[in-house]
Amino acid sequence: MAWVEVCEAGEVDVEDVIRFDQEDRSFAVYRSDKGDYYATDGFCTHGRFHLADGLVMGKLIECPKHNGRFDITSGAAVRVPACKDLQTYPVKVEAGRVYINIE
Amino acid sequence: MAIVVQRRDYSLLGPESKQADEKGLASAQWHATPIPRARMKELMKRKDGPAIRDTLIWLGGLIILGYLAYLSWGTWWAVPAFFLYGTLYASPGDSRWHECGHGTAFKTPWMNDVVYHIGSFCVLRSATPWRWSHSRHHTDTIIVGRDPEIITARPPIWKILYMQIFHLYGGPIEIKRFILHTFGKLEEQEKEYIPASEYDKVFREARIYMLIFLAVIAACIVTGSVLPAMFIILPTFYGGLLVLTFGITQHLGLYEDVLDHRLNTRTVYFNPVFRFLYWNMNYHVEHHMFPMVPYHALPKLHEEMKYDCPEARPSLWAALREVIGALRKQKHDPAYVVVKPLPVTALPYRYGPELNDDLELTRSEA
Repeated sequence: MAWVEVCEAGEVDVEDVIRFDQEDRSFAVYRSDKGDYYATDGFCTHGRFHLADGLVMGKLIECPKHNGRFDITSGAAVRVPACKDLQTYPVKVEAGRVYINIE
Repeated sequence: MAIVVQRRDYSLLGPESKQADEKGLASAQWHATPIPRARMKELMKRKDGPAIRDTLIWLGGLIILGYLAYLSWGTWWAVPAFFLYGTLYASPGDSRWHECGHGTAFKTPWMNDVVYHIGSFCVLRSATPWRWSHSRHHTDTIIVGRDPEIITARPPIWKILYMQIFHLYGGPIEIKRFILHTFGKLEEQEKEYIPASEYDKVFREARIYMLIFLAVIAACIVTGSVLPAMFIILPTFYGGLLVLTFGITQHLGLYEDVLDHRLNTRTVYFNPVFRFLYWNMNYHVEHHMFPMVPYHALPKLHEEMKYDCPEARPSLWAALREVIGALRKQKHDPAYVVVKPLPVTALPYRYGPELNDDLELTRSEA
C-alpha cells in the first residue's frame, strides 16, 4: 500500500475540494457535507478540466466546465456530460494529516 | 477585378476540425480570471428560490398574455397580443433551456430537468442533442471546425440572420432532425458530439415531440383554425425576434480561434426586463469563463471580474451597433474583429496555446 501524505486535515473545508499533484498524476481530495474525506482522479472523465475548481454539493462534485457530476464516495458519473466513472482512492486521516493510497 | 473572399469550412466534419486539434485549440486550457476560492464558492452556491419565482412569473405571464391573445383573435389587436405572447414564449424558452441545461438555475435537479424540457420544446431544440452541442460550445467556444453553435461564418451569411428573425433557418433544420431522430437516425455531424449511449434518449424525445406536433395539427384540423398552433409551436417562429437579437450579441464580430473568452465573447448591460427574459445571459463573458455560477449570481461575478475584463457594452443597442458594424466590415475583410482594450489591472489576453501569439493575420481596431 502506497500511502501518500496530502495535507493537514483542516486544509480541506467541509463540502470542498483541493488539488493534489504527485509526480505526473493529479488527484482531487474532498470533504463531504458530513466531514468525511474522499479522493478521486483530479481530472473530469469528460474533458480535461480539474475537479478541484468545481463545486462540492453534499457527496457530489460538479465539474467546473460542463457541469457533469460525480459521486465522490464511489466515483460514479451521475450527470451528463460525464458518462465515465472516476477512479477513487482510499483516504485515511492520522494524527491530523490526510493520506491517500494512490496504488 | 472582383476580389473573391475564401470562406473557412465551419463544419465539424471538415479539415478545420483536424487543424484546430493540431494547433492545440481543441479541448484547450482557457484563460480564467483569478478569483479567491472562498468567493467563488459563494458565487457557485445553488438556490431554488430565484428560479421558482422567475418560472412562476414566466408561466403566469404566458397564461395572462395567452388569454388576452385568445380574446383578441379575429381583430387587429391579435397582432400585438400574439407578438407579446410569442416573445414571452420564445425568449425565456431560449434562456431557460440554456440555464437549466447547465443544471445551475435550480438547486433541485428535477426542477432543472423539467424546465429544461419545457424550454427545449419552446425553442424547438432537441433536448439531448442540444445538451451535447452546447457542451462542445463551452469546450471549444468559437473554434472553427469544433464549435457547432457558431451563428454565422465570416464573411457573414446575411440570409441566415434575416431568416432567423422568424427562425426560418434554424427551425426547418431542427424539424428535419426531429424527423430523422424519430426514425432512429442521427446526422453525421451530431455523431461528432453525442455519445452512442445517449442515442436511445434522443430518439425517444423526438418521438414525444412528434406526438405533440401531431396533436397540435389534429387540433387545428378539428377546430378548422390555426389558433391552437398559435399557442404552441408557431410562437417559436413568430416570437423569435428577441432570441436572435440577444443571441447575436454573444460572440459575433469578435475573435475566432482564441483561448480567452474576453476576446471572443461579449458582456452587455441589459435593462431589468431584458435581464429577466434572458436570465442574465447578457453577462456572457462571465458565464463562459465560469459556467457553474448560476444566472442569479452573474451580476456579482461581473463585479468580481471587472478588473480583468474589457468594458461591457453599455446597452443592447450599443452591442447591436457594434455587431452589425463588425459584420459589415467582415463582408470585405473577413479577418476584421472588434478589439477591446483591457484595464491596467488585467492579465494579458491569451490568444492561443502559447501566450500572446502574434496576430499578424488579424486586422483590428483598438
